[in-house]
Amino acid sequence: MKWLFAPGLFSSGPVLQAAVVGVVVAVACAPVGVFTVARGQSFAGHAFADIASTGGSAAALFGFSPLLGFLGMALAGASATEALSAPGAHARDRDLVTGTVFGAALGLSALLLYLQSTEQSTGGTVVSVLFGSLFVVGPETWPLVVPAATLALVASAVLYRPLLLATISSELAVARRVRLRWMSAAHSAVLATCVALSAVTIGAVLSTALLVGPAAVGSRLGRTPPQAIAWAAATGAGCTLAGIWLAYDSYEWPPRGQGWPVSFFVVTLVVAAYGASRMYRPKLRAPRLGGHPLEDRG
Amino acid sequence: MTAELPFGAPQAPPAGPPVLEVAGLSVRLGRRPVLSGVSLQLQEGEVMGLIGANGAGKTTLLRTILGLQVPEAGDVVLRTNSRGKKGVGYVPQKINLSADLPLRTRDLVALGADGHRLGPGWPGNKRWRLADDLLDAVGAGHLAQARVGALSGGEQQRALIAHAMAGQPSLVLLDEPLANLDLRAAREVVLLLGRLASAQGVAVLVSTHDINPLLPVMDRLVYLANGRSVTGTPQEVVRGDVLTRLYGHHVDVLRAHGRVIVSVGDDGPDDPVWDGSGSDL
Repeated sequence: MKWLFAPGLFSSGPVLQAAVVGVVVAVACAPVGVFTVARGQSFAGHAFADIASTGGSAAALFGFSPLLGFLGMALAGASATEALSAPGAHARDRDLVTGTVFGAALGLSALLLYLQSTEQSTGGTVVSVLFGSLFVVGPETWPLVVPAATLALVASAVLYRPLLLATISSELAVARRVRLRWMSAAHSAVLATCVALSAVTIGAVLSTALLVGPAAVGSRLGRTPPQAIAWAAATGAGCTLAGIWLAYDSYEWPPRGQGWPVSFFVVTLVVAAYGASRMYRPKLRAPRLGGHPLEDRG
Repeated sequence: MTAELPFGAPQAPPAGPPVLEVAGLSVRLGRRPVLSGVSLQLQEGEVMGLIGANGAGKTTLLRTILGLQVPEAGDVVLRTNSRGKKGVGYVPQKINLSADLPLRTRDLVALGADGHRLGPGWPGNKRWRLADDLLDAVGAGHLAQARVGALSGGEQQRALIAHAMAGQPSLVLLDEPLANLDLRAAREVVLLLGRLASAQGVAVLVSTHDINPLLPVMDRLVYLANGRSVTGTPQEVVRGDVLTRLYGHHVDVLRAHGRVIVSVGDDGPDDPVWDGSGSDL
């Protein structure tokens, strides 16, 4: 099996830690990812990830936990977007607000990364913040990942029915006394949390791929929201584990054997999975009955 | 204000306590008065049309009844019906869903019963049985497993009606359910509303800008224009003298082959003629 699995793959501490963190994050991202895709908020997911990079940059500059940096800034960005959006705002109007907050945060992130790279002369931090590496998730970060992911999963479960109704139709939800503003704010908070977790795993720039890609696969393959979430979790976890395996093996690959970034493999596999899912054509509707049911009843 | 009928006091509703009573309702949207002193009563098992052109205030009235719009004056009272049910089901004109959304028709209907509750809800036969029974009742049982985003307009309306019924309401409000439907689909939806009202005792208030499709099942109607309303049977309300008073200028009502055509204008050669397809009231 050496040709398939490089020696030490199953006994390496960093690999096992990366596998646990990656799977936990992929599973936590599944429900919120399915809702994000269904609500047409993929851009918000990407924007929150880049906004989170500001926190990651600050963490690198000031030396605190990257997850806390990513999480704090993603939540701040989500709060700003919610505060500036009108209740029940059209997706296009929300995108304008999100884009504005996104631009402001990226500017700040550029400043923080510049200061960090000039003062500490460590250009690797920029790569780490933007593109991440599961293999170097530090001891100050990974113990926080599981509680944060659990919190996101529990919140997704609590919000499930009213959020689904609000996703289908804001009018139907309002008629059933669902508070759209609260629902939107809560979903944004969970989304920001998952984006921060994803950013720690595969980097801020690529975290959208782990959030949106598996959810898009799930939405094509699942017939119901729970099935879509299950497919998304399986796809995200599978791509993450396979990405870790390939990245570990790549240290043996010619010509230089220096190893390829795990984020590259994860994102490539997610995109491949989405491409494969596009070949599946879901059965959209039941066959029509002959005649009309009302007329059949006489 | 509510326009008085020319033959005396406002039309009394059928016997029995109303499940919905709207009294002297006035609503402003910003600075614009939309409804002025609108009153109506809706009985158990009654189908009432809410008729008016685009912008007449139909949706505003429905939103106010739902409690989503705060009135400037007036009251909305919802009462328990004789079957012990009290609640409002709502059917919007249309929902725009991608066919990629993994949501079956029975999922949509089930959310009508418990979509407002927190938590994922535990899957159980009772929930699906309720959804499937309601889909059967609206003639859409064969669509239970179909994705909602792939339904046609008429099929989606039936699914939305089943969704509204899942909350076991005493009153169902429908906002322009016949818009964008072809004649056959509109007729199917109208017949379904009549059956729901008579078989289950649900009061139905359905807004439309075209009175004609509703004529086979409509007990009474509320006609909205200029923020005011007049209530009665179609024969009492859809008359030239009544609508002339409501609009404040001359209105002709023509009847041909069972259809009603309302012509509103200033007696000029280019008077608009409205038969439900326009918005020129």
